[in-house]
Amino acid sequence: MNDTTPVILAEDLTRRFGDFVAVDHIHVTVQPGEVFGLLGANGAGKTTAIRMLCGMLPPTAGRIRVADVDMVQHARRARGRIGYVAQRFSLYGDLTVSENLKLQAGLYGLTGARQRERLIWALAHLELTDRKDAMARALPLGYQRRLALAAALLHEPRVLFLDEPTSGVDPMARQRFWELIYELADDGIGILVTTHYMDEALFCDRLSLMQAGRIVAEGTPDELLRQPLPTPILELNSPDAARFEQLAQTWPEVREIVPHAGQLRIRLRAGMDTSTVIAKIHAAAVEHKLTVGVPHLATPELEDVFVAVLEEHEA
Amino acid sequence: MNPVAASLIRLRALLGKEFRQLLRDPRMRFFMLVPPLFQLMVFGYAASFDVRHAEIAVVDQARTAATRELLAAVAATGRFTLHHYSAVGAATAAMDRGEIRAILRFAPDFDRQPVAQIVSDGSDSNSAQMITGQLSQTLQQNARLRAGIEPPVQIEERAWFNENLDDRPYFVPGIIATIVLITTVILTAMTVVRERELGTLERLLVTPVARLEFLIGKMVTVAAVGLFDVALISLIAVAWFDVPFQGNIVGLLTGSVLFLMSSLGIGLLISSYAETQQQAMLLAFFIIQPMVVLSGFAFPIDNMPEGVQWLTWLNPLRYYLVVIRDVFLKGSGLSAHGFEYAMMALLGSAALVLSLARVK
Repeated sequence: MNDTTPVILAEDLTRRFGDFVAVDHIHVTVQPGEVFGLLGANGAGKTTAIRMLCGMLPPTAGRIRVADVDMVQHARRARGRIGYVAQRFSLYGDLTVSENLKLQAGLYGLTGARQRERLIWALAHLELTDRKDAMARALPLGYQRRLALAAALLHEPRVLFLDEPTSGVDPMARQRFWELIYELADDGIGILVTTHYMDEALFCDRLSLMQAGRIVAEGTPDELLRQPLPTPILELNSPDAARFEQLAQTWPEVREIVPHAGQLRIRLRAGMDTSTVIAKIHAAAVEHKLTVGVPHLATPELEDVFVAVLEEHEA
Repeated sequence: MNPVAASLIRLRALLGKEFRQLLRDPRMRFFMLVPPLFQLMVFGYAASFDVRHAEIAVVDQARTAATRELLAAVAATGRFTLHHYSAVGAATAAMDRGEIRAILRFAPDFDRQPVAQIVSDGSDSNSAQMITGQLSQTLQQNARLRAGIEPPVQIEERAWFNENLDDRPYFVPGIIATIVLITTVILTAMTVVRERELGTLERLLVTPVARLEFLIGKMVTVAAVGLFDVALISLIAVAWFDVPFQGNIVGLLTGSVLFLMSSLGIGLLISSYAETQQQAMLLAFFIIQPMVVLSGFAFPIDNMPEGVQWLTWLNPLRYYLVVIRDVFLKGSGLSAHGFEYAMMALLGSAALVLSLARVK
């Protein structure tokens, strides 16, 4: 088998709940060793999508192949080849770390020496050895996430699904978690991760942004950032920021003004000419005796891109 | 790996988990031990239809040798505590206050017209009947004795299997049945709903585990708890309450396992309707209560209206009670209860098939 066979391949994946279309003909491709990010607001369809890809929810229409197995036809065989880390801790709080791992190992058919070997590996690799006899519910959140990841890795899956793996985890633990994710990707595991942290989205090799059940943008973070923004953003330094904000808020060219890191970020409406607005800013500053710096076009961040894309699709 | 072996490995892992959780959880240990013991104490000591120490008001306005003798006979039964009142009004007031259950009155003209009047507190119809019956029987016997009259027909009574007609040997085995019903229905429903609530069930189903394997793990564990309670209550019934154990253990075990099929099925069915543990609990009581009332546990099925009697045919508890009382009191053995076993097997299979189909 060559390396370019995707470990996740979903085509025209659709799920309806009654009249409501939770996921609407999406395509997802994840290669071995790739970290793929699925982004979107709550209710955009991420969780429904991931549940179908993991075989927990049958799709209304579409095809899913995961690790070379048809997830719709042979869900149980396919599930044996994937690892899944749920959004909230869903292992057993009243079992110890190693009891939880033993249970998972048994469920994946690992027994005897093989089971012991994998348990030792998982405990060591996720730095849980010291806590192996602790009750899972007594673990700090970051450790619970690691335990969940350890449980998902025991059977050496070829695909890993991480549903909001770092929400609620402190920044240090988040960083450590991402290091682990990269190590796993380096070992050739295909990883699908959902997140709503924009900085984490940048860590992904490729991204898809979901809205109302559809994928509305996709590409590498670089590709997405290089897209010209339909709604340009001007950054402006000013000691009179608050007064200027009040003044410019009502301008027809301005979509919104957001104070950001000591600056004003002025997002213009689609199709506005930035130089005209810059001239207008200077004129207004003179007229109202405000001190303003030189406005310049902002380098878009991923969030800007997504906000622009989402607005475009809402319209 | 062949699929059966793989399935057994998964089942072993699930059972290990279930038993560990069961024995670790203090609430579960409480649930396994305390309600059975508590019920046993309540029914073993308190619940009884027998008349013992009934408080009776005596208004003896005749004060003759005859009435004194009658009262002595009543006192000698040991079933009544007598309180003497000089006026009817005072006795009536005592009944109003609930201090006495009945009034036994001899009018001043008892010599000329020998009438013993019994007024009982009908607000508790069952005890009123029992007290009135006991009192009048005692009084009549004594009266005949004094008159030297032989009754035209001698009646000789014997109660087999329970010579003294104690309520205890009747109730205590029944407790086994009701406790097993309550414990296993609630436990099954609660543990399944709990896993669904916590999200651990969904997490489990991302692994190659089949839903059926998960449910089998649950059911085997709950069945073990049920059988543990059967053994515990049986031991205490025999060792502490001196309830005889005439039958064989195989009969008890067979009956219990067949009954468990129904109660586990009912528990699963509840879990498929309940979204939260509270709902499961409410539903469980909604189902358990009528099952107990319509089982013959306390109220004889023969006394029920015919339509209701038909309904009891669908109640597995009815058959389990017959089997279990027989095992303790009669010991007729398995062959005598082929019908009961068959009905429990039938209802149990139906409950399991129905619930497994719904839980899917």
